[in-house]
Amino acid sequence: MSEGMQQIQIVQNEDEWLEDQVRRSVFVASWDKVIDKIIDPLYNWGRRNSVWPIGFGLACCAIEMICTSASRFDISRFGMELFRASPRQADLMIVSGTVTKKMLPAVVRLYNQMAEPKYVLAMGACASAGGPFKEGYNVVSGLDKFIPIDVYVPGCPPTPQALLNGLMTLQKKIDKQTIREAAWYKKGQAEAIPDPVLGPDLIDARRAEEITMLAHAPDQLATRAIKIQTKAETKHEKK
Amino acid sequence: MAVNAPPAETKPLSANDPQTIAEQIKTKFPDALESASAQGIVIKRDHLLEVARHLRESLTFDYLNNVTSVDFPDRFEVVYHVSSIDRGGAPLTLKVNAARENPVVPSLVPVYRGADFQEREVYDMMGIRFDGHPYLRRILMWDGFEGYPLRKDYHEPYFEDEKKPFGTRWDQGHHVIAEDRNPWHDNVQYPANFDAVAFKAQIDTVREQTLPDVSPTRLKTEKMILNIGPQHPSTHGVLRLKTTLDGETIVGVEPVLGYLHRNHEKIGERNTYLGNIPFTDRLDYFTSMNNNHAYVIGVEKLMGLRVPERAEYIRVIMAELTRVISHMALMGFMYNDLGAFYTPLIYALEERELVLDMFEAASGSRMMCNYMRFGGVARDLPDGFLDKAKHLVEERFPRVLDELETYLTGNEIFLARTKGVGVISREDAINYSTAGPVLRGSGAKYDVRRAEPYSIYDRFDFDIPVGTAGDVRDRFLMRLWEARQSLRILKQALKDIPAGEIMTGKKNYQIRVPKGEVYGRGENPKGELGFYIVSDGTPNPYRYHIRAPSFINLTALDRMSKGYKVADLIIILGSHDVVMGEVDR
Ligand code: SF4
Repeated sequence: MSEGMQQIQIVQNEDEWLEDQVRRSVFVASWDKVIDKIIDPLYNWGRRNSVWPIGFGLACCAIEMICTSASRFDISRFGMELFRASPRQADLMIVSGTVTKKMLPAVVRLYNQMAEPKYVLAMGACASAGGPFKEGYNVVSGLDKFIPIDVYVPGCPPTPQALLNGLMTLQKKIDKQTIREAAWYKKGQAEAIPDPVLGPDLIDARRAEEITMLAHAPDQLATRAIKIQTKAETKHEKK
Repeated sequence: MAVNAPPAETKPLSANDPQTIAEQIKTKFPDALESASAQGIVIKRDHLLEVARHLRESLTFDYLNNVTSVDFPDRFEVVYHVSSIDRGGAPLTLKVNAARENPVVPSLVPVYRGADFQEREVYDMMGIRFDGHPYLRRILMWDGFEGYPLRKDYHEPYFEDEKKPFGTRWDQGHHVIAEDRNPWHDNVQYPANFDAVAFKAQIDTVREQTLPDVSPTRLKTEKMILNIGPQHPSTHGVLRLKTTLDGETIVGVEPVLGYLHRNHEKIGERNTYLGNIPFTDRLDYFTSMNNNHAYVIGVEKLMGLRVPERAEYIRVIMAELTRVISHMALMGFMYNDLGAFYTPLIYALEERELVLDMFEAASGSRMMCNYMRFGGVARDLPDGFLDKAKHLVEERFPRVLDELETYLTGNEIFLARTKGVGVISREDAINYSTAGPVLRGSGAKYDVRRAEPYSIYDRFDFDIPVGTAGDVRDRFLMRLWEARQSLRILKQALKDIPAGEIMTGKKNYQIRVPKGEVYGRGENPKGELGFYIVSDGTPNPYRYHIRAPSFINLTALDRMSKGYKVADLIIILGSHDVVMGEVDR
């Protein structure tokens, strides 16, 4: 008999032995700990460094977005240089410019077509709140009235540095997310935002009933507006 | 350079004198005129078409610069500016009156094809119908939109007051946010008894295009409608093209505009004159300096302001620097459209950054410079600006342009894709009212800097390059040649720039503009950028219209791309250099 054979131990109790082996070679922790310490950081690290924006420029801010992705500011440092032409492949929508009423149905549809996890960054004053053109009759005063926005970047246009800062803010947001609460792992389908309709003016489909009700009740409608004095009225009063 | 331009001659301006022309029209059509003055010739509605035809055919007014309209309390006025490509000079102003109730004016499309989109815009914004227009539909707003926004009695949902500055704000020191002022609590308004639940949006339609006769030997193909945009990587923004195809051949292209219609004109009419300068920045957002320039020229003409020497030089330097970087960037963008994704563009943008840094130092902002003022510029040049500019103009840019020429213009794929593609003849280019490099690429030598010299452009020695073939390649080369000419101007301007004042009088927030009207224009990198301003003597313009070169150039897109393939359409559009901020305004 060779020496090696002699070292074989006879297992007395198989269960005990197995337990011992498992204890030695398998890392055992609570499920929560695994998610918090291993899965989430790893998963988020991967996601935050490969956010692919949808290649979609709206207005002046788009030019600064292009500059951000060009050689000087180099968005590839963040793994975000892959501007995808298709919403299906994109994670981030940089709303770079004024959203007009005519464009809004397309923007909402693009957002709906993007796969989860998806993020929206409102670049510039226009996308955030209407900007210098807020008073215009064809301008949506803030895209957040229709789709949820994750990061707002102020400026008109925001400089590339500001946009990069916004993207880093988004990365921080991604870092804080956990798959336990991620909407995209929940059961069932996420509800799409209904397409706005272009009628005599823009119709938010979610408000259609309210609009119809108010349009038929002029008295009630009148009470909803805060009256202000025009210049002519102010002058008249002074006299 | 393919064609060397002969030195510029100064053209006699008297040939465009409205009084003389009016006499000539009167002898030909005795009862066509309503009145004639230095402000323009007012023609009777019924005679418009024949007078226009006469002007075009006998008096060589072959170029329709601009069509717009004004809403006066008692009438609508449609205003046309026509000029002659060869003769140059200030454009001739024609006017037609239309009734307030149901305004109708004959369409000029049979004479000037360039009137097509502009008349649609007038119809869209003012509700004036054009009799005989082939496709009179809304162009900037959508079909079914309620109201004609540029009429004086149209109030937008966030309407606060007729004119800025709004009295409520300064007097009481506070203001209510726009959402609360509007009963719908959003930027919308609906007619009474409107039923939003039952409402069905209109079905999208395409302008009917008849297929050309197919020879029996050719493979039979079918008509197909292809939609491109508004979100598409090659449409340079939010442009949409409804394309009718026969097999893979283009039969017709219908640009759908207005996805970036930001109501410049309505906002501009509520704004003060000064308040409009930052808005002009956002027209063609590549070239804010040139936009500022054209606008201040218009208002200064109206005010009769003189600009100090140094300010004129600063303006020219800024405008030409912008032209160089805009043209360089376009060369990169065109290669994008050809499939050389991003690499040439990155080189172009690198140069652009250098100039943007200088703009930032001078004006405080990289892109939206808001730099020029009536009677001068906002600030003097910062220290070291001229040295930097000299370095760029004399050493760096010539080298970069040579590099671009070596690597980009002789490329075999480039030649195969662009030579003989998207051809438009000289006659058509003029007739379709195209402007800038598109017009000159077809051989028409028309540059506002020479045709009606503004600022101090008459002092500089530079050529106007023209193309010969009128195809995409020529339009590409135009950019290169024009950038070289800009460098020539810059060299002279940087050498001669004097010291001194940068502003006439002191800074003034509320300028006084006398009553009158003016069509001020400048040569933007994209073409002739014009501002038609009607002043009623108040601090706000009564009418503020922008003649946007990219917008009008698109009229010719259909003509240019007929018979080519879909892939060609992208590069043909690229050669237009459209910037949607300017197209839709
Ligand atoms: S925020 Fe300013 S720069 Fe950006 S799209 Fe709006 S107007 Fe243009």
